[in-house]
Amino acid sequence: MADPLLEITDLHATAEGKEILRGVTLRVHAGEVHAIMGPNGSGKSTLAQVLAGHPAYTVTQGTVRYDGNDLLAMKPEERARAGAFLAFQYPVAIRGITNAYFLRSAVNAIRQHQGLEELDPLDFAQILETKLKAIGWDDSYLSRPVNEGFSGGEKKRNEILQLAVLEPRLAILDETDSGLDIDALKTVAEAVNKLRAPDRAFVVVTHYQRLLNYIVPDFVHVLADGRIVKSGGKALALELEEKGYDWLRPEAAIA
Amino acid sequence: MKEHFLAEYRAFVGNGGGSARAPAWLKPLRERAIARFAEVGFPTTHQEAWRFTSVQSIAETPFSLIPPDTPLPTLDDLAPLLVGGRATPRAVFVNGRFAPDLSSAQGLPDGVRLGGLAAALAAEPALVEAHLGKYARFDAHGFTALATAFLADGAFVSVPAKTVIEAPLQLLFVATAVAGHPMWHPRNLIVLGREARATVVETYAGLGDAASLTNAVTELVLGDGARGEHYRVQRESPNAYHVATTYSHQGRDSALESCAVVHQGRDSALESCAVVLGAGLSRHDLTAVLGGTGGYLILNGLQVLGGRQHVDHHTCIDHAQPHCESHEVFNGIFDAEARGVFNGRIIVRPGAQRTDSKQTNNNLLLSRDARADSQPQLEIYADDVKCTHGSTVGPLDPTALYYLRSRGLGAEAARALLTYGFGTEILARVGVPDVRTQLDRIVRERLHMDSWQQAI
Repeated sequence: MADPLLEITDLHATAEGKEILRGVTLRVHAGEVHAIMGPNGSGKSTLAQVLAGHPAYTVTQGTVRYDGNDLLAMKPEERARAGAFLAFQYPVAIRGITNAYFLRSAVNAIRQHQGLEELDPLDFAQILETKLKAIGWDDSYLSRPVNEGFSGGEKKRNEILQLAVLEPRLAILDETDSGLDIDALKTVAEAVNKLRAPDRAFVVVTHYQRLLNYIVPDFVHVLADGRIVKSGGKALALELEEKGYDWLRPEAAIA
Repeated sequence: MKEHFLAEYRAFVGNGGGSARAPAWLKPLRERAIARFAEVGFPTTHQEAWRFTSVQSIAETPFSLIPPDTPLPTLDDLAPLLVGGRATPRAVFVNGRFAPDLSSAQGLPDGVRLGGLAAALAAEPALVEAHLGKYARFDAHGFTALATAFLADGAFVSVPAKTVIEAPLQLLFVATAVAGHPMWHPRNLIVLGREARATVVETYAGLGDAASLTNAVTELVLGDGARGEHYRVQRESPNAYHVATTYSHQGRDSALESCAVVHQGRDSALESCAVVLGAGLSRHDLTAVLGGTGGYLILNGLQVLGGRQHVDHHTCIDHAQPHCESHEVFNGIFDAEARGVFNGRIIVRPGAQRTDSKQTNNNLLLSRDARADSQPQLEIYADDVKCTHGSTVGPLDPTALYYLRSRGLGAEAARALLTYGFGTEILARVGVPDVRTQLDRIVRERLHMDSWQQAI
């Protein structure tokens, strides 16, 4: 089998001096979809943010290799340029900057880094139209400031639109389902499924099994108290839905 | 130093007061104004309205009027400052004096006036006197008194009733590279008649690095049902001092003098946008009176300052009549040791029911030594009204920076983009494309945006 795209080994991380990740080990290959499930406070979002390079978290132990490189040594923008993408649980509003302008800036920042010619507004508009068509969406919020005044569902959709435009090799979705009603959830999941590709890996972080009915994972991992305590196939998600998380807590296992 | 300005005044009057054809009423008005200045002098930081802005450096500089024979710039020199190119209708003022050869009123509809105030006062005194000084007062503080004492010339715009002008009318005030400490006191009067529509762009710019004092007074009068857009751009040299005082007064008790005044009649609509990029010290008092029912006002402002620049906006929106709506958004971007002051007063007069007023002031501090003070001030004397206000002062949001970096933008580009957004929030509301494009370019230059990050 090919080398993993993402290889996390014994990862420990703290926030404000408190240890949240306590030894996470995970391997993700191109083309795979991994779901990370777990109760609140288990460290799911921390794992997602540490992979994206959030400055509030400090890695105290362990390694993360991405495409053979030391991911932890890279700045957030270097990770993005290398094809790592995090769909935020709480997307940030950028006042005064339209979505279209923002997306063009991001694409051009990446192209500039790759030594490619920058796209002018007209070229970019065409590309954007193609991408929107591919995921079946209209251009209704391209001219609005990024996430400003967006509903919860619009913000999550906007994250997936960015994913579609930036074409990452590793896409991490952090609780993309939270705050979505069932119709919005289906819309987002359908778009994600259209973006699945043999050279692209997904790490889907979620609290509920519901999302996994629509984005069907190859692997399911349960994170509890900062460690992966169980891994399995998609059936594990259904088992969790039925039994909850308590039976998997380390202290429960010891007892 | 007050004595210096009084001596300047005596010399000014001794030389004929700028124009031999000045109307008879002007002389006593000037006398009253200079007497007022002699009494109050320049404002000090002991006065509440000037608490954050010391004008001591102005008071201690021997500013003087300059001889009328200073060389004029060419149209080529002015081209970068012209909105919409050389064809744009314009009144150009060089070092405070109207420059007919650089101005153009070609192609404007019959009855429209665009030119110098002194000439208009001589040729059509009735047209000017019907409005000049009717809406404001000169005795508010030393600067307004001085401006009135030195009242000689400025811009005069008159758009007759029901006349619609598509092209923006530009008032361009340029300071050339004059040695010493020149001062000028442009007095501008803009009148839109009943149901008239026009856009006026008032620009103050420096062609050199003159340590000049501009003490401008603009009165803007909208008749019933008129629609006006007014843009004021100040991009003078960092050595320059810029004071623009704006008082308006409902009623007749102070019909003598005024400063930048926005006065609206019934069902009129005004969009106003003040952009400050220049001058070392600038102060703008802006009063907008909604003096007729159904008035609508948009009052926006953007300040982008660095170095040791200081800007102070005192705005006052006066809801004098019921059923009026006002929206005010001022954004400030302050780098290095720049300092911003915003005081936003909203008055809702007794009986001004169904007033809808919203005020927002956001200040971005790009350095540890930058500072902004924001003071909303609501005075509401009616009970069926909707008034909201909000203000923020702070650095760039670290979470937003991280969000942009996670999309591939470098730290510098992310900072620039967030900062630019603060500016575009105001610029996107500028209705005239030529004006928007020009301002957008200036702001991007100021923020050192990369070439590909162009245009909104």
